[in-house]
Amino acid sequence: MSDLTISSGSTRFGDTDRRDLWWLPPLSIFLGLSAFIVYATFRVFYNADYVVDNATSAYLLSPLYSPLIIVPSLPSWISPAMLVLWAPGGFRLTCYYYRKAYYRSFALDPAACAVSEGKRNYAGETRLLLIQNIHRYFLYLALVFIVILSIDFFHSVMWPDGFGMSVGSLVILGTVVLLGLYTFSCHSLRHLVGGKIDCYSCVAFGKARHSAWKGVTKLNKNHMYWAWTSLFMVAFADLYIWLVSSGTIIDFRIF
Amino acid sequence: MEQEVKLQIFRGDKDGGKMVDYSVPRIPGMVVLDAVHSVQKEQAADLGVRWNCKAGKCGSCSAEVNGKPKLMCMERMDKYPEDATISIRPMKTFPVIKDLVCDVSWNFEVNKKIIPFTPKEGERIFYQYEADRVQEFRKCIECYLCQNVCHVLREHELKNEFIGPRFLVRAASLEMHPLDVADRSEQLVKEQGVGLCNITKCCTEVCPEEITITDNAIIPLKERMVDKYYDPLTWIWRKLFKKKTG
Repeated sequence: MSDLTISSGSTRFGDTDRRDLWWLPPLSIFLGLSAFIVYATFRVFYNADYVVDNATSAYLLSPLYSPLIIVPSLPSWISPAMLVLWAPGGFRLTCYYYRKAYYRSFALDPAACAVSEGKRNYAGETRLLLIQNIHRYFLYLALVFIVILSIDFFHSVMWPDGFGMSVGSLVILGTVVLLGLYTFSCHSLRHLVGGKIDCYSCVAFGKARHSAWKGVTKLNKNHMYWAWTSLFMVAFADLYIWLVSSGTIIDFRIF
Repeated sequence: MEQEVKLQIFRGDKDGGKMVDYSVPRIPGMVVLDAVHSVQKEQAADLGVRWNCKAGKCGSCSAEVNGKPKLMCMERMDKYPEDATISIRPMKTFPVIKDLVCDVSWNFEVNKKIIPFTPKEGERIFYQYEADRVQEFRKCIECYLCQNVCHVLREHELKNEFIGPRFLVRAASLEMHPLDVADRSEQLVKEQGVGLCNITKCCTEVCPEEITITDNAIIPLKERMVDKYYDPLTWIWRKLFKKKTG
């Protein structure tokens, strides 16, 4: 027999009766997101080897540096990536999935379900975090980035001697597809295309908007999966282009 | 030799209590509620437990089994190792009346505060494809496991400011109804704390009816609140064209 005080709230972080590895998912997410942040920050400041642009191969541009904006008058430590990454970064930072991920893994609020957080003030997504509601504006920008990255893919298949496909262009294609699936599965997009409507038969284009809502809903079920795979693919594409650009590997032409 | 199931069950009331060890015969197909009933029948006739249908549909037997919010009638014993001791506690978020029985009446009071279904005047026709979305929410059996696990209520005890996932689901089912004309947005933002939810999805994880609470109810409500209160372009658009959505 053991004593238990069933007061209304445990005050120590981590208090729980759970016997499973509840700490493993938040720890994995913490490590995964941290690894990406460290890599991306390094590459942003590295400011080199982000493009393959020569007379014998196709044009490959790292997704971290796309669209390539070079402003000669800026200080040299400001890389072109800094001028563009705030937009996709803001999209991910305010994304409903990533919010869940970092509230759990970084803010430990809560780290896992039915695990005590320790007593502290809590305001949820009110006050300062009302800023999260800007997500839909980052979505509009993210949609523009999908178009820009699609153009990058077309550049990657235009070799000096005509159309061709290399491993690099496939990597960029994979990045565009996964980023597209991530962007088109967005909760805000789901709302904007039709989720906000209650009576589809009462509004113009109601059926079309219902179909659009259903389409985004299908993708939205795997939003977390698209969030992670697209994040990984962006890092991988950048790494691949870095290696090709620095001459470490050769971009193999398939046809 | 007869196999046994080892249990630790909370015995006490709102002032505190103890975890008491029991052991009962293991029966094939047994669920946690069977084990509790066995204790009640053979060893502790005064053990308090609320139950009714034993089929996962009445939402009465909610408790915390090995720390996880569960319906005891749907939690099979064979998923736990045979030598494991299984702890059974009442839901943490609500005051204990006796042993595994909680006072969940706070939820009934919250429910009364939600503006009820308000159908539009005139012809009332809508189509199945418009109703599909809100039918998911009708699956709720009001077991209150989502309310129990929600950290806003469980850890931060903001019961005066936040209505919890169960009632955000109810509000969403009314707000999205094709015939409903009431506007609950001001209530949701100012009194019912939709902004306090930080979408960490524990409610969705524990729902025995597998209602996608966060993605299908709470986030759509949050987006509607953005339309109404936090989106400057929508605000300007409304001012210019006096256009209402839906």
